[in-house]
Amino acid sequence: MLTMIGKRLMFAIPSLIGVVIVTFLLTRALPGDPAAYFAGPAASKEAIEQIRKKLGFDKPLIEQFFRYTNDLAHGDFGTSLTTGQPVATEIRNRLPASAELTLLGLIVSISIAIPLGVLAATRPGSWIDHLCRVTTTAGVSLPVFFTGLVLVYLFYFRLGWSPAPLGRLDVFYSAPPTVTGLYLIDALIAREFETFRSALSQLILPAATLAIFSLAPIARMTRASMLAVLASDFVRTARASGLSPSTVIVTYAFRNAMLPVITTLSMVFSFLLGANVLVEKVFAWPGIGSYAVEALISSDFAPVQGFVLTMAVMYVLLNLIIDILYGVIDPRVRLEG
Amino acid sequence: MKRRDFLKSVSGLAAAGALTPAPAIWSSAKAQARSETLLIVSESGPNNLDIHGVGTNVPGYEVSWNCYDRLISHEMKSGPGGVPYYDRDKFKPELAEDMNVGDMSVTFKLKKNAKFHDGAPVTAKDVKWSLDRAVSVGGFPTFQMGAGSLTKTEQFVVVDDNTVRIDFAKKDRLTLPDLAVIVPCVVNSELVKKNASEKDPWGLEYTKQQTAGSGAYKVTKWTAGTEVVMERNDEWTGGPLPKVKRVIWRMVPQAGNRRALLERGDADISYDLPNKDFVELKDSGKLNIVSVPYSNGVQYIGMNVKIAPFDNPKVREAVACAIPYQKIMDAVLFGLAKPMFGAPADKATEVAWPQPTKYVTDITKAKALLAEAGHPNGFETTLSFDLGFAGVNEPLCVLVQESLAQIGIKTTINKIPGANWRTELNKKVLPLYTNVFSGWLDYPEYFFIWCYDGKNSIFNTMSYQSKAMDELISGAVDAAAVGNTAKYETDVKGFVDLAFKDIPRIPLYQPYVNVAMQKNVSGYQYWFHRRLDYRALVKA
Repeated sequence: MLTMIGKRLMFAIPSLIGVVIVTFLLTRALPGDPAAYFAGPAASKEAIEQIRKKLGFDKPLIEQFFRYTNDLAHGDFGTSLTTGQPVATEIRNRLPASAELTLLGLIVSISIAIPLGVLAATRPGSWIDHLCRVTTTAGVSLPVFFTGLVLVYLFYFRLGWSPAPLGRLDVFYSAPPTVTGLYLIDALIAREFETFRSALSQLILPAATLAIFSLAPIARMTRASMLAVLASDFVRTARASGLSPSTVIVTYAFRNAMLPVITTLSMVFSFLLGANVLVEKVFAWPGIGSYAVEALISSDFAPVQGFVLTMAVMYVLLNLIIDILYGVIDPRVRLEG
Repeated sequence: MKRRDFLKSVSGLAAAGALTPAPAIWSSAKAQARSETLLIVSESGPNNLDIHGVGTNVPGYEVSWNCYDRLISHEMKSGPGGVPYYDRDKFKPELAEDMNVGDMSVTFKLKKNAKFHDGAPVTAKDVKWSLDRAVSVGGFPTFQMGAGSLTKTEQFVVVDDNTVRIDFAKKDRLTLPDLAVIVPCVVNSELVKKNASEKDPWGLEYTKQQTAGSGAYKVTKWTAGTEVVMERNDEWTGGPLPKVKRVIWRMVPQAGNRRALLERGDADISYDLPNKDFVELKDSGKLNIVSVPYSNGVQYIGMNVKIAPFDNPKVREAVACAIPYQKIMDAVLFGLAKPMFGAPADKATEVAWPQPTKYVTDITKAKALLAEAGHPNGFETTLSFDLGFAGVNEPLCVLVQESLAQIGIKTTINKIPGANWRTELNKKVLPLYTNVFSGWLDYPEYFFIWCYDGKNSIFNTMSYQSKAMDELISGAVDAAAVGNTAKYETDVKGFVDLAFKDIPRIPLYQPYVNVAMQKNVSGYQYWFHRRLDYRALVKA
């Protein structure tokens, strides 16, 4: 197993090098002049030149690239101009916020989508199948920012059940001591139940927004995969042997239907992590998605490069984990690099 | 990991998801904190806590204003609509206790009991070091100091521990006001020098992350892009002790959510809501709404006079006659702006800026002018705007586009992203565009030096060059320096008249600063920088 992991990681290196080069060139090819942007509203040409020099953008591209890779090798991702902080610190602080939101959204989504998909597959054409189809289609058709705003309007503005959409914690709470960076877990470790409650109530609406959006791929994939498995020979044999329907579905069919669902889950997870920018914007969530977009809007190179690199590393790791899970779920899957 | 173990752990995870939260334990200490704390929500936050830093953004100015002191500041007077408004001509001491203006220098005596946040006394050395820093770091701060003829470190002289003298490079009316803007703030020099390095002699990296001043507030927590927490400095000597103990400033990117937070009573102040929301909030009467025109600021339509056909004054006049002024006021701004058009034909030019032009929408006249200029069938061009302010710019440009089409000028709208806008302006290749400019120092000649002078600063976006204009501007500057009022007034009237006659840029309106507050929040003051001054705010 270890050699397999090592081998897989080796294969990831060329793609990471590719990512470094491409993001570097892409950010440089963006229109917009960061020096002019950061020189302020009343800057003269000389002031802009001074800023350009300070930022090192007056050097030839190749020299900038070597300086960048050299810094990277020392673990330095550079400094963001918009927030003024080192990119590595920012990503370390913001990644848990996005991860917590995405994980909770995914858990909510799974706990609804998988039973829904299974039920729809066992009773094709029934009302539950139609319900599954309608909810997933509606969920995926509504843009996330719209769902988010509707939820805020309804549950915060109209009903007042939900706390103000002001990020991860109510203004008057302070974050629990950092262990994992996930507030829910950290609050439990520190036994601060009031903080836990505050963090959870802040999470519900954005997580629900994400869940509604990600229902479709998971439920549809569960349904399709279950249908295929339910039609297979071993299920027919199990049924013929007189096993109870629940044993057949849960023990035999569901486990075999999980492989494609896990693949979908990994895709949905990585997609949500990077693409929940809009949810983060609506709920003032201090995640990495909104960080990267803001940086992009102001031609702030370092965070964009740092973000893409982090996401690339995460994809590599996620794929590795999924491959290992395959082997655990289905021993027939042999992992060859 | 075994297969079965994994499956077990998956079902365990699902169970954890259904965990119910512990019941609420609401502490009274939190309610107390809420009443002493001011919660501000805005779209974006600072990127640097020090205005001397590289590329500090505008929200960063607000931190500097409240956390650092200057030698002098402005008195308040009653402004438009009874809103307290800074008095351009009256200074009050802040760190100084006494100001003595001589012929070619000004001398300040410092307050003896003034202390920095770490307890060190504020001395003349700190003042000199800070002013030296402002004129040396380059970029915006140095440029702003230069606007008041403060350019060399030799101009700042330590007389004794409590006395500083500032020598004038030349007679300039803007020198004193320039000492009361945000830039010449006084920094704790010993503390910052300790944290400076050879590469960073002015300690900019240190002050970027923390405040090192003597101001009424100090930053206790700053999470970039998320929040800034400021606590009151109870030892402040710059003025009466502020009422608000703690300020929490949260960034809420969604305008709709900022409004919801205000209406639900969770946030105390927000000041960058769309005009439509402000009008609706004003009508609902649930909140205190303050609208004050930008001092020395105008939104305009600019035309590049170096690019045909805008090199022809007749064409520019035709465009000025075809702008749908009133429609813009009603449909784009919902009345929240001061019109800068349609002055009565017999109105005499005032010695003031901004002031309305005499243009009104007159399509027939515009057509005639265009025909006279040799373009009876119009022409094609592009109309550009800054997407960073799309809320106003986009509908404005669509209205202009529609109106210009009536006289045969076909325009393509060119949306330029915020990051790119200044670069494009700097190139001076946009033929037709809308933009806004406002100057910190509220003097007509200050505006004209930036926007109309032949020195062609970045804000002379029209590349306008006129010998007569340059002479009038420098005439007014010189007359103001020596106090020759009669000459000053003639020259100001002269350059305003010329700007309206040559019309390289068409003034549209003076935008408003819109601030929405809860009913129990009072004490808002308008400052030239248009940011909030927490020191005067009161939460009942």
